[in-house]
Amino acid sequence: MSIEIEHPDRSAVPPREEVLAVRGVSARLGGRQVLSDIDFSISAGEFTGLIGSNGAGKTTLLRVILGSAARSAGSVLVGGAPRSRRNPLIGYVPQKFALDPDLPLRARDLVSLGIDGQRLGFSLPSTARRRAVQEMLDAVGAAELADARVGELSGGEQQRVLIGHALISRPRLLLLDEPLANLDLRSAGEVVSLVARVAREQRVAVLISAHEINPLLPVMDRVVYLAGGRAVHGRAEDVVRGDVLSRLYGHHVDVLRVHGRVLVVAGVGDERTGTHAASDCDPKTSPPTQSVEVLG
Amino acid sequence: MTVLHHIVEPGFFGSAPVHRALLVGTIAALVAGPLGVFTVLRGQSFAGEALGDIGTTGGSGAYLVGVGPLWGFLVFNVAAVTVMELIGVQRRRGRDLATGVVLGSGLGLAALFLYLDATHQSTTGTTVTVLFGSLFSVSATTVPIAIGVAAAVLALLLVVGRPLLLACTNAELASARGIPVRLVGYVYLLALSLAVALCALTIGSILSTALLVGPAASALRVSSRPGPAIAAAAVLGVAATWVGVLLAYDSYAWPPHGQGWPLSFFVVSLVLVIYLACGAVSHVARGRRAAPTLVAG
Repeated sequence: MSIEIEHPDRSAVPPREEVLAVRGVSARLGGRQVLSDIDFSISAGEFTGLIGSNGAGKTTLLRVILGSAARSAGSVLVGGAPRSRRNPLIGYVPQKFALDPDLPLRARDLVSLGIDGQRLGFSLPSTARRRAVQEMLDAVGAAELADARVGELSGGEQQRVLIGHALISRPRLLLLDEPLANLDLRSAGEVVSLVARVAREQRVAVLISAHEINPLLPVMDRVVYLAGGRAVHGRAEDVVRGDVLSRLYGHHVDVLRVHGRVLVVAGVGDERTGTHAASDCDPKTSPPTQSVEVLG
Repeated sequence: MTVLHHIVEPGFFGSAPVHRALLVGTIAALVAGPLGVFTVLRGQSFAGEALGDIGTTGGSGAYLVGVGPLWGFLVFNVAAVTVMELIGVQRRRGRDLATGVVLGSGLGLAALFLYLDATHQSTTGTTVTVLFGSLFSVSATTVPIAIGVAAAVLALLLVVGRPLLLACTNAELASARGIPVRLVGYVYLLALSLAVALCALTIGSILSTALLVGPAASALRVSSRPGPAIAAAAVLGVAATWVGVLLAYDSYAWPPHGQGWPLSFFVVSLVLVIYLACGAVSHVARGRRAAPTLVAG
């Protein structure tokens, strides 16, 4: 069951050009119900965060949208049409993976593979291709990394190159699975502002999954908050509220705001919904003063 | 002229077996290097090694039925990759298991075939030829077959090279682009099985991985671009083969007199030397680059 949060301001928003529509999607994984009746949509140029703790079903939802995981109910429309197996409208960066340092690919080669890497045969170098690749490298702030081996770049640099790889074929929807995992705070901030800028400039609808809401707060237009296989969708200020999240989690949750950051704390006195999920916060990337999410 | 005689024994350039050896060796190295690049990237050296070993079964079986060893290598290698694929090579661990299972059963047959070869023909020459290669005794009829197989492998690689490269980069990234990752992987394995058959002809079935993986791994150390890395792998393999053929020919004049050292020994040693040299080159190059670019991201 999804809860759509209506907001009084919503009528003031210009007509939405819907790029992604997820309608009543449910999915099972290994006999377990991972997603139940998920409903939301994203418009062109909109930046949506997909928030949930580890195991909440974020990756499964992204895979269902991508078409690489099966859904047991519901429909997914991309650009108004049911998505096909290979959907040129979707750009995708999979969950954190390290590129092999042995890969004989420079950053510009990987971005270039984004143009036609799926095609058989080979293409000869051309000025037009070189220019397109260079423009994309500039757009994702990777111009100075262009000739470095991708496997030898840092995590944040790899993310930027992978985003370039995903964007160069001009998709209308960009799916990023946990791009901030394992990034230090500064790199995470850079990736977030890069994606936000790209969404705005290129009118790309962005869905970015994260177990941490705070790095996304400054730029997020909307949030899809996943817990227990269900989702709440709406503006961050409407969704990340004690009453809404308590309903989603099915038990009392407090939302605290400290210096513009959000802390989601499980209800006091409920042992079953204690603080185990606090381990989601990597102490390296999220020192206690930055953000703590204690999810039930 | 005397200096040249010390490097090249007289008769090297005029000998037909040497010409054939150089031709077939070049073909094998040209194919093995580029394919080996993907073998290294996919972490499938074990599959390559297993295919080489299974080639032993094919080679010894071919002697038993009286056809050229290349046919045996080809038939058994293609059969082996198909069985490996059917058992399940899509997951890394499944891949190793499938490879191991096929390898074990294949080598059992090889033991039987080699035993039968030895008892029926009362010679141990077959065993040595199959296991360690005998490039100087490649028959003239084998040459066109080897050229045809090589052309097929290179054509396959040219067609699937790009999606294969993306699949090596990240399988999920590739399948999101609609690349049938498993099919591409099988096509690659087929090409690999053909390439290993050619290598087996050159340096023998159990050493064939050296020519497959060595030049490729060396090339990956010195080149960061796909095209040049593939070309470098081919060139390095050809270089090792040529120098190996030359030294093997020369070795007929070395003690113990008139015997000639095994060609595969020279090729494999040269591959190792090349690998170490490329490692040193990349170490030096990286050390020079590291200073200005070492900015934490």
